[in-house]
Amino acid sequence: MTGWIIIVVCVLYLLLLFFIATWAEKRKQINRSLINNGWAYALSMAVYCTAWTFYGSVGRAASGGIGFLTVYIGPTIMAALFWPVLRKMLRISSTMRITSLADFISTRYGKNFSVAVIVSLFAVAGLIPYIGLQLKSITSSFEILSGNAGPGHLQNGSLIAVGITIVLTVFTILYGARSVDTAEKHEGLISVIAFESIVKLIAFLAIGIFTTYFLFDGFADIFKRMAAQPNSTALFTIGGEHGMYEWVSLTILSGLALLLLPRQFQIGVVENVHENHIRKASWMFPAYLILINLFVLPIAFGGHLLFAGQPVDADNYVLAIPLQQGQPLLATLTWLGGFAAATGMIVVETIALSIMISNNLVLPLLVKKVQHERQADPSFQPRILLIRRIIIAFVLTMALLYSKTVGQHLSLVSIGLISFCAVAQFAPAVLGGMFWKEGNKKGAITGMIIGFLIWGYTLVLPGMWPEAAFVQHGPWGLGWLRPYALLGLSGLDPIAHAFTWSMMANVLLYITVSMHSKASAQEQYQAELFVDVFKHSRTQQGVQPWQGKSSVAELQQLLSTFIGADRSSNLLQGYAQRQGIAIHPQQPADGRLVAFTERILGGIIGTASARILIGSSAKEEEINLEEVLNILRENQQTIETNKELRKRSAELSKATRQLEAANAQLQALDQLKDEFLYTVTHELRTPLTSVRALSEILHDNPDLDEEQRQHYLSAITKETERLSHLITQVLTLEKFESGRYRPHLSATNLAQLLTEAVEALRPLAGEKQLNIHLRMADTQVLVQADRDLLLQVLYNLLGNAIKFARQHIEVQLVAGVSEWQVWVKDDGRGVPADEQAFIFDKFFQARHQTLKKPEGSGLGLAICKKIIELHGGDIAVESHEGQGAAFVFSIPAS
Amino acid sequence: MANSTARILVVDDDPYILMSLEFLMKKSGFDVLVARNGTEALQLINEHRPDVVLLDIMMPDVDGYEICTHIRQQAALAATKVVFLSAKSGDADIRKGLELGASLYITKPFSTRKLVSQIKELVDAA
Repeated sequence: MTGWIIIVVCVLYLLLLFFIATWAEKRKQINRSLINNGWAYALSMAVYCTAWTFYGSVGRAASGGIGFLTVYIGPTIMAALFWPVLRKMLRISSTMRITSLADFISTRYGKNFSVAVIVSLFAVAGLIPYIGLQLKSITSSFEILSGNAGPGHLQNGSLIAVGITIVLTVFTILYGARSVDTAEKHEGLISVIAFESIVKLIAFLAIGIFTTYFLFDGFADIFKRMAAQPNSTALFTIGGEHGMYEWVSLTILSGLALLLLPRQFQIGVVENVHENHIRKASWMFPAYLILINLFVLPIAFGGHLLFAGQPVDADNYVLAIPLQQGQPLLATLTWLGGFAAATGMIVVETIALSIMISNNLVLPLLVKKVQHERQADPSFQPRILLIRRIIIAFVLTMALLYSKTVGQHLSLVSIGLISFCAVAQFAPAVLGGMFWKEGNKKGAITGMIIGFLIWGYTLVLPGMWPEAAFVQHGPWGLGWLRPYALLGLSGLDPIAHAFTWSMMANVLLYITVSMHSKASAQEQYQAELFVDVFKHSRTQQGVQPWQGKSSVAELQQLLSTFIGADRSSNLLQGYAQRQGIAIHPQQPADGRLVAFTERILGGIIGTASARILIGSSAKEEEINLEEVLNILRENQQTIETNKELRKRSAELSKATRQLEAANAQLQALDQLKDEFLYTVTHELRTPLTSVRALSEILHDNPDLDEEQRQHYLSAITKETERLSHLITQVLTLEKFESGRYRPHLSATNLAQLLTEAVEALRPLAGEKQLNIHLRMADTQVLVQADRDLLLQVLYNLLGNAIKFARQHIEVQLVAGVSEWQVWVKDDGRGVPADEQAFIFDKFFQARHQTLKKPEGSGLGLAICKKIIELHGGDIAVESHEGQGAAFVFSIPAS
Repeated sequence: MANSTARILVVDDDPYILMSLEFLMKKSGFDVLVARNGTEALQLINEHRPDVVLLDIMMPDVDGYEICTHIRQQAALAATKVVFLSAKSGDADIRKGLELGASLYITKPFSTRKLVSQIKELVDAA
């Protein structure tokens, strides 16, 4: 494959990235952000997987077997801790507009400037090599893909590296340093990073599937063949003298790295759009790691088997396999995946570092100048931007230089782990600072410096001069000072060894120095805000420890230096309005306004610089911080007491509301009961009246003729029957309504039931010269039903129909979607539209009206409705007045 | 109007009640008319101007209240006395009936002897 084709692919891919970034920013402008969701957040977090993952994991697996997994197990465990740890970091950072790890640490330890400088320097020292190695991976993979056989073929590898560095510089500047406000989200950039995570995953899965299923016969096949190789057992076990210890320490190391790598902080904290996205990321990110590691072992073993005896570097298996198999397209895709992994890491890491460098190392100098000028200088904004852009170019150039010099000799993995070990030195200061109020600046600085020195001595120096005498025999021949076996701790892998000593020293110093030195009030105040961030983040803005003497106009002028006059005046006035602070340009500004200005500035030039600037500009007098701290704590207590009180009172009023509701319900029930009783007694009165009157007549008139006597007696009988029928119905309804009644459901043939009911009532219909048509879709319709109850419904509906029909009654059994429908239609006068909704209410005919309906008791349809409901069905009526009524009920099909 | 041929109209939609009332009133010597619903009742009232109307309230077409109102609105029927006979036994129902100008409000079921004596009293008082 010629280099030019690859260059074209590469250019096209980079153009695609530019396109995606531009598109994402356009979408943001119309409020349809691509990254405001957990998916984009989790995917961009996968920037964790660099070229090292892509090429190096296979390399490591080929020599160390499953040991490569530690670097992913650590982050997986850390992902489980996202909610308690990362969310707290996020909340702290967003409350204080923290925009880098250096900012985070320095803010915690009293917004101390030297802390910020130390962290920034260490981060640069620890990470530029790492970026350099990504560049190196791009060039070397390029050389492999282009078939770097002869020296003349493509010696322009360095040219490629330079070209790509330039493009990435442009990209990073365009999408990562457009605004001075570093707290702003980089919409386009993050979309690209998320996209690149997809690309590298697809590419790796493609080569994995190709190797596992096309070259071999699946996982089992590869593993079986590998196991047959000599000396392969070590690859399947956590071996070695200190195997388990190395596993654990590498797991912890990489877990910390996930939190503390500047690029992870940038993605996980600074670029986070919503706290809740963490929830999705805490399972999606580990899932991503699992997917991308799924085929590492098969590829490593497959490569081992395929290239047995050939000098092929295991780091390059993913490219070498498709090339050897004559699959240039797959090789190109794989290469793109590696390219995506490298570029994503380079861009984000560069931005994170450039923010640190500019805000903590360079801008402070500029800020000093602002202090002297005391005048809004509109050229500041572009100047800050220019500085940041130069720094981006600088970082990438340094990385390029590194990759061309020192980095030539080191493998991807070792440099990656060395960087991990460097950022792990921030762990005590960061985690301790978040959860331990006693941790202070002196402890943090001591721990970090000593940790870094040990890191440099045990990892960097011996890595650069592995053959030097002090590495082999210790300086001045002191064996216990050998960098790889400090204090005689030998036999460990260098990374685990360095991590152990540096971390142990770091943690111990952090704790002991913190406990034996006094923190400044400013530090204690910050410690309070950090550790109890969830309590303070709502109230913090109300308590301000500083009393400035500067006027609002001065604040505004200061702010406009950095963000322009319009925006600063908008921001200040908006804030004042929200907080209800009156703004008078010439009067001393409210403390809250000063703090707000500081936060805004912090987002632009870093918290430490902002502190210095505000401190001098606002001419503040530091009032006794002990007092302030007490105020803060008291405030907290008052708030908690208030909260408790509010909770109580809320509970009380809730209970009151419940009582009221219950009472209203009871009253309604009571009224319903009264109404029911009234209606029932009323319904009973009519037949009773006849019975009593007729009996009295019979009694008082013994001389009635026989025929009349018989007539009256039979009337009494009928009315008595009517009475008992009514009572039965009332009781039936009561039984159904009480909810205690369980129908005896059994498989019942609805068609047969229908036939039975129709035949039973046909004679009655005949008496009125009515004919009944029965039409059924099927004669075998099994439903779960209580036969007797359903028959009662059918008799009722048919009885009504017979009562009202003029000539025809039609009964139909129809199949519905998931139920059977029974229709009973008559051609009578129908049900008026305004009554249709009520006819299934009990005693509808008698309630609230004096016009009596001639139907029976007024309970029949109410009972029907209850029965159908007991079967899980529905009943309804369709009717146009004068055109008959159609009653339909449904029974779920079984 | 002491003559015993006072004309009484009995209005009820329940056939057995109607039958009993017709028998009782005839037995008491009145001139009895019967109506099975409100429409019939209105017609008979206008045609025959009965002295007393025994009036049910709940009927399928025109209710008893309306009929009573109708009677009270016509000067020609000023002498016609209305007696409600109803199953509606609430205080509000009774008050309403009396407010509409009825002479008596008797709730169902009633004692036939008491009813007869009350009607007789009413007729005699006129």
